[in-house]
Amino acid sequence: MPEMTGDVVVVGGGTAGMEAAGQLAKAGISVTLIEKQKDMGGHLKEWHHLFPDRRSSIEVITYLKSQIDNNNIKLITGDTVGGLEKKGNEFILSTGSGKEIRADAVLLATGFDLFRSERKEEYGYGIYDNVITSADLEAMFREKEIKLKNGEKPNKTGFLHCVGSRDEKVGNLYCSKLCCVTAVKQAIELKEHLIDCKVFCFYMDMRMGGALYEELYREAQEKYGINFIRGKISEVSVNINNKLIIKAEDTLAGRPLKMELDMLVLMAGMEMSAEGTKLAESGKLKTGENRFFASADHHFGSNISNIRGLFYAGTCTAPMNISETISHARGAVDEIIDYLKNGKK
Amino acid sequence: MEKFGFTLSKARVIDYDNNDRRIVDFIIEREPSLNSCIECGGCSATCTTGNFTNFSLREIHILLKRGENELVRNKIRHCMLCGKCSLVCPRGVNTRNVVFLARQAFQKYDNYAV
Repeated sequence: MPEMTGDVVVVGGGTAGMEAAGQLAKAGISVTLIEKQKDMGGHLKEWHHLFPDRRSSIEVITYLKSQIDNNNIKLITGDTVGGLEKKGNEFILSTGSGKEIRADAVLLATGFDLFRSERKEEYGYGIYDNVITSADLEAMFREKEIKLKNGEKPNKTGFLHCVGSRDEKVGNLYCSKLCCVTAVKQAIELKEHLIDCKVFCFYMDMRMGGALYEELYREAQEKYGINFIRGKISEVSVNINNKLIIKAEDTLAGRPLKMELDMLVLMAGMEMSAEGTKLAESGKLKTGENRFFASADHHFGSNISNIRGLFYAGTCTAPMNISETISHARGAVDEIIDYLKNGKK
Repeated sequence: MEKFGFTLSKARVIDYDNNDRRIVDFIIEREPSLNSCIECGGCSATCTTGNFTNFSLREIHILLKRGENELVRNKIRHCMLCGKCSLVCPRGVNTRNVVFLARQAFQKYDNYAV
């Protein structure tokens, strides 16, 4: 059996990068894990509870940190990978701080960026005080205080699904797939904080395809009395009392609907990260119509790129939840080990 | 035999097989973006006409596709062709052109000026 050698560079210290680095290190491979922020954890750090079981995100971060607590892993934080080049069987990565790192294989786990909701100007994010995003609401949950800009508690809150997803006006044709269940989860948590707050979810389709999602949806209806209205909000304005006014069509009633709200939560979708896009350009990596990295094969090569020895894990290839991301990262580790053992010719 | 004045009401069902879909075929041939509609209602929500009359572009799209032309013919004249609906459509349906073509189709097949 050929000896397994090699240094692997993992780019991105979020869920995918941490899990993959940990599994590679366990297999005896020496790993350099590069994270642009000063702390590991990626988007998980911004979240309070996860769907569907509403486990604390801290628990998952703690697990991931224990994964990377391994002498085979060298951590670099506060630095980015600016350039990527393959010479023979080797990769040379140049970092933002001017370092050059050699690698036998590279794993990109550059993740996603949240859609910038101010791009949908008609919803008034950044214009009206009480139009917030799902990430802003999650930050309020972490602070354990849900309040309007003026410090009062909201009595009536709307959630708008599909902000920046399934919308050709912003160039995102795909479904971000996590926002539906996140809206349901956040609607429930909002009711737990503010039992008297009325909650309305405005949706185009409820995409509750994951394990226990549908059950959560049912719980939202049965236990918390959350209302679901099928219609996309077309615009938001404010009235003289500084309340939000939304316009939608209640498509199932077949009539236009207007409603006064204290707070509107925009369910921001996921986009290819800016770093990922830069790497795709500098490394000549194929991307799909959705701008995420394009895998070699949708069914059996979802970790494989168009460059031998360079692999993908997690949401740099498509929107994924945490469980899927961890599975995808483990799949990438399998591919890397196979490549280092057998394929690096 | 005594007649009691009863007549047989037309069933409420959409008679999909027998309905006339020439109107929608005419439109889709010229404006295939109509196929992409997901009935989100964004067009109807933003529509000035729809706020005052029973005109709903979303409803018109689905009725045309089902061949329920009778219900569309009169409603469609309410549209002022302002085009706000196409500004909000997340699927890129050229809604304004759909109305425009529907009017042409009614004229062509129904000899009905809308």
